[in-house]
Amino acid sequence: MTFTQQVITILMVVVGTMATRFLPFLLFPAGKSTPKYIQYLGKVLPAAVFGLLVIYCLKDVSIFSGSHGLPELIAIVVVIALHCWKRQMMLSIAGGAVCYMLLVQLLF
Amino acid sequence: MQVAKTKTKYLRALKAAFPHTIPIFAGFWFLGLTYGIYMNASGFSFWYPMLMSLTIFAGSVEFVAVNMLLGSFNPLQALAMTLMLNARHLFYGISMLDKYKGTGWKKIYLIFGMCDESFSINYTANIPKDVDNGWFMFFVTLLNHFYWFSGATLGGIFGSFIHFNTEGLDFVMTAMFVVIYMEQWFKDKRHASALLGLGISLLCLIAFGADNFIIPAMIAILGVLTLLKKPMEKGGETE
Repeated sequence: MTFTQQVITILMVVVGTMATRFLPFLLFPAGKSTPKYIQYLGKVLPAAVFGLLVIYCLKDVSIFSGSHGLPELIAIVVVIALHCWKRQMMLSIAGGAVCYMLLVQLLF
Repeated sequence: MQVAKTKTKYLRALKAAFPHTIPIFAGFWFLGLTYGIYMNASGFSFWYPMLMSLTIFAGSVEFVAVNMLLGSFNPLQALAMTLMLNARHLFYGISMLDKYKGTGWKKIYLIFGMCDESFSINYTANIPKDVDNGWFMFFVTLLNHFYWFSGATLGGIFGSFIHFNTEGLDFVMTAMFVVIYMEQWFKDKRHASALLGLGISLLCLIAFGADNFIIPAMIAILGVLTLLKKPMEKGGETE
């Protein structure tokens, strides 16, 4: 690939990314009233999307080979337990990550 | 007087925003360094990860872009692939229509920098009453952008010298999204949508595999939420 072709490829990725981010704001500008259906989606989508993001993070875990997803499962249980107990974001995240690192580096 | 007042406004927003971004600092530095090292190892100078992390600011796509740059020239395929991988941002935009309202010129940057992490924090954070919402979200986005940019650039420059055991550090991202999912759960009175999102995504992952499940999952979530509009509104899901 020549330098110009590389620049064009990178520009395509920039344009594609920006399109997905700006489109809703262009379709439903702040000045006009947003359709009821879109308002409804705006309210119920986030909870579902956070579920999608959790699964997205775990997409490469394989249950049937390697460590069978055990380190992930244990660390997530630690995150949930810590967060239910103290409800301090930093503690839950750091605790879960340290637990996971110990598990994959020492045990599995 | 006025100047001092504005200054404290910025500072207060920055101070409120920073703690929320610490896990992202850890995660982005890890992933950004990895990305920079990967580009370095693929034969690109540090200018590539530096400028790409600045202009694209969407982690997963940037990793894929390395392969695009190494393959044969196919701009339309690059565009189509990017649209597919980033389609989930459409959902973020729909959810942020209201929150980004009235943020003035900052809105353009807020939308530009709306990656998974910026969206998640800006959507769920309980912003203190005395802090300006627009500036809070602006600093969350700016800090995240800076972490990603600096990580990728440093990885590109020092890539070949870094040797320490960071295996598993990327789990900070997973942990963060689990916590954000829980925060949303505590906020909501009803949990149908949260459970649907988790369940449908898992089913689609099993059915379509790791590389192809996002688009079917998005369509299925959209479809089911649309079908359930009436019962969801009656059940208080939208309150």
